[in-house]
Amino acid sequence: MLTAILLGFLFAFFLVFAGRFFKGKLAVVSALIPLSLFIYFASFIPRIASGEVVSKTYEWVPSFGVNLGFSLDGLSLLFSLMITGIGFLVYVYTSSYLKNHQYLDRFYAYLSVFMGAMLGLVLSDNIISMFVFWELTSISSFFLIGFNNTSEASRKSALTALGITGFGGFSLLAGALLLGSMTGTYSITEMMTMKEALAGHEFYILAVIFIFGAAFTKSAQFPFHFWLPGAMKAPTPVSTYLHSATMVKAGVYLLMRFTPVLGDTNFWNTTLIVVGGITMLYSAVHTLFRTDLKGVLAYSTISALGILVFLIGLGSQGAFLAAAVFIIVHALYKATLFLVTGIIDLQAGTRNVTVLAGLRKVMMPVAAAGFLAAISSAGIPPSVGFLGKELTYEASTHSTGMVILIVAAIVLTKILLLYAGFVAGIKPFTGRLPEKFTEAKMPDPLMWVPPLLLAILGIVFGIFPALIESYLVKPVVTALGKDASDIHLALWHGFNTVLVLSIITIVVGILLYFILKPSEKLENRIGKLEPVSPESILKKLTYFFGAFSKFWTNVFQNGYLRNYVTTIILFLVILVGYIFIGNSRLVIDHTKLSQITAYELAVTIILIAGVFYTVFTRSRIGAVAAMGVVGLAICLLFVFYSAPDLAMTQFSIDTLTVILFVLVLYRLPKYLVLSDYKMRIRDGILSLTFGGLISLIALQVLAEPVNSDVGDFYAKNAYIMAHGKNVVNVILVDFRGTDTLIEISVLAIAAIGVYGLLKLRVKSSDRPN
Amino acid sequence: MEILFAIIIGVLYAAGIYMILRRSLVKLIIGIILLGNGANLLIFLLGRITEGAPPIIPEESKVFLEAYADPVPQALILTAIVISFGLQSFAIILVKRAHKVVKTDDLDEMNATDEDS
Repeated sequence: MLTAILLGFLFAFFLVFAGRFFKGKLAVVSALIPLSLFIYFASFIPRIASGEVVSKTYEWVPSFGVNLGFSLDGLSLLFSLMITGIGFLVYVYTSSYLKNHQYLDRFYAYLSVFMGAMLGLVLSDNIISMFVFWELTSISSFFLIGFNNTSEASRKSALTALGITGFGGFSLLAGALLLGSMTGTYSITEMMTMKEALAGHEFYILAVIFIFGAAFTKSAQFPFHFWLPGAMKAPTPVSTYLHSATMVKAGVYLLMRFTPVLGDTNFWNTTLIVVGGITMLYSAVHTLFRTDLKGVLAYSTISALGILVFLIGLGSQGAFLAAAVFIIVHALYKATLFLVTGIIDLQAGTRNVTVLAGLRKVMMPVAAAGFLAAISSAGIPPSVGFLGKELTYEASTHSTGMVILIVAAIVLTKILLLYAGFVAGIKPFTGRLPEKFTEAKMPDPLMWVPPLLLAILGIVFGIFPALIESYLVKPVVTALGKDASDIHLALWHGFNTVLVLSIITIVVGILLYFILKPSEKLENRIGKLEPVSPESILKKLTYFFGAFSKFWTNVFQNGYLRNYVTTIILFLVILVGYIFIGNSRLVIDHTKLSQITAYELAVTIILIAGVFYTVFTRSRIGAVAAMGVVGLAICLLFVFYSAPDLAMTQFSIDTLTVILFVLVLYRLPKYLVLSDYKMRIRDGILSLTFGGLISLIALQVLAEPVNSDVGDFYAKNAYIMAHGKNVVNVILVDFRGTDTLIEISVLAIAAIGVYGLLKLRVKSSDRPN
Repeated sequence: MEILFAIIIGVLYAAGIYMILRRSLVKLIIGIILLGNGANLLIFLLGRITEGAPPIIPEESKVFLEAYADPVPQALILTAIVISFGLQSFAIILVKRAHKVVKTDDLDEMNATDEDS
């Protein structure tokens, strides 16, 4: 199973080297990859139908409990078959759609990575690996949406999609980690056994919100829906594959997968019904106002996703059954409509539904595919769409509470979706063929066979529902934790409420189609609502966020060194001062202190005077000289307090520094007082506080006992081990010899730097004037 | 004497920070040097100061016979002095070059990464 998942990634990697062979006629060969995977997964159908769950675990990071655990049950199987089956047709279609495209090999590579990631996602049993695959689908989808990377709109919508779904990815990770800490396992199968404990857990709501965050962003639920219409900038095969049949259903998959773990609570069901309900109605209404075929399809896809979320929210056996059937129905007809749209776009050169007409005369098979898909989308018998719609109505009439509202919402949505399906699948082919489309040609069979095949499947499954009943649908319901034994799919359910609703839907929908023609006027009307749409609000938020971070950066990263230093010192003073005042007991034991002799006092006075002169003098040379005095005074202190080596070093270094300063600085401009009085007072207070604090800390530390073990060790062993009598010297050149060597290297590097700077000739052209 | 030491250290720190907060590059370097001296003395003081007993083993003996100053802080400070010299000399030369190129000693006129802005 691992091989099957990795195959997509391996193929993409292979394309990096062998890509040029797949650009020409050989392109269609790459379709063998999804085809073989489809056959592989299809071979599991009998085992899964008999109730088996195939699982396999590979150790990955066992110490964190992260395994590559895969499990294939009814739900995963349905999705795997959709991913590979539709994938196969899309691969075939692409070979003609992007014929001789410069980057066709890249396209196949992205597509293969996406397919692999999607398979990994639906097969993972471990939430962490599921998250990894989830993110991979977002990333590969980013590349696919932005495939036309020369177009700015395309890049923008790719970024939006990545932003929204990436946010969902974070949410999924958070949910996964939370669930992991709540249950002590990352395996979804194991979590199912703890359902009751989870529902009563204090973090239950939070975990559900995280999972919802992931599912709603990926499946484009209101108010995160807007990335999906934007993603229609992608080449049509991508829209078909990612944005109708597979990736956007990942959110639905996630909800279904977690239904047996987190479902069946009031919070879970209500949220899903409300969000799904709003989404399906909101975007179904939107389809009325679109003139771009892909726009119509995008909104009807969002609406369909809303229906699925809604059905999962209803949570009954009937609802799950309807959802399972509707996933198949939707994948079949929506993929067909997208592929048909792609053909129209390519052959007629436009996707504007207001001008398209009569194309059946030039491309009959495409028209047939569009027509069949449209009736499936409308739920007209004998299509499988009818079956799906009946089951949906059945589930909503049996819902608990607010039946009227729920049924009304779903019927209205279905009516509008019928309209959308007709606009996309029938409208372009009927009527008189306008002059300008007579040039349009019949496309390559590689392009029209895939949609026709899908459309015919939609009818075949409708006439013989037994084909999908026990092999695909029942295992899904079982996987969702409901008993599926009494399910029986049939076109004819007898004359009942549901049938009445169906007839109302079809009649009203068809009337709507004939009365309301898509037009620019309608599209403009909805455009007026743009400023209050979630998309614009999010854009404003992003803008505000950017402006705020710019402001924040300008405050703190202002380019003035002294402001940085001020901030750091101020923070340090406040923090250390606070702790110090709280905990200090400043007791100085005078008996322990050494006596102050007259010459020590004199040196101290000289030192402090030197410091003051350095700080306040107006003469640069005076400041440098005073600094030298300070250094020499320190040197004397070292002499008094038993540090002859330090005294010598300090003496030579101090002298050298002063000489260097004097040599270099006589050329510099006048030594000016650049800051004003107020600023100097402020800085003075800050530095004095800081200095005072350091003094106090030093005294405080002196009151603590000292540990001289290290010093004693060196003193004891200096002569015995290293044969030297000056312990400081021995430490530097023997015990810590390597450190000293590195120190010498640092000095050497500084010397090289100095040399380089001195030799550097600045070209006159580089000098600012 | 420890109290005097603490005062000296405080004065050096205060002066160092004050000088670093000035706009002139030369003052900045002087500030760094004063701060470095303060830090050295702080380490020296915290290692406890001992009068008239350098950590040098007497001529005739193999180990110390009486009290001696802790050699570890001294070794640390020695390293610090030498390294800070490397830093200072580099900084001084850098100021010289910077002055030659941008014709100013004022940090406020050097607060952009690009020469032309």
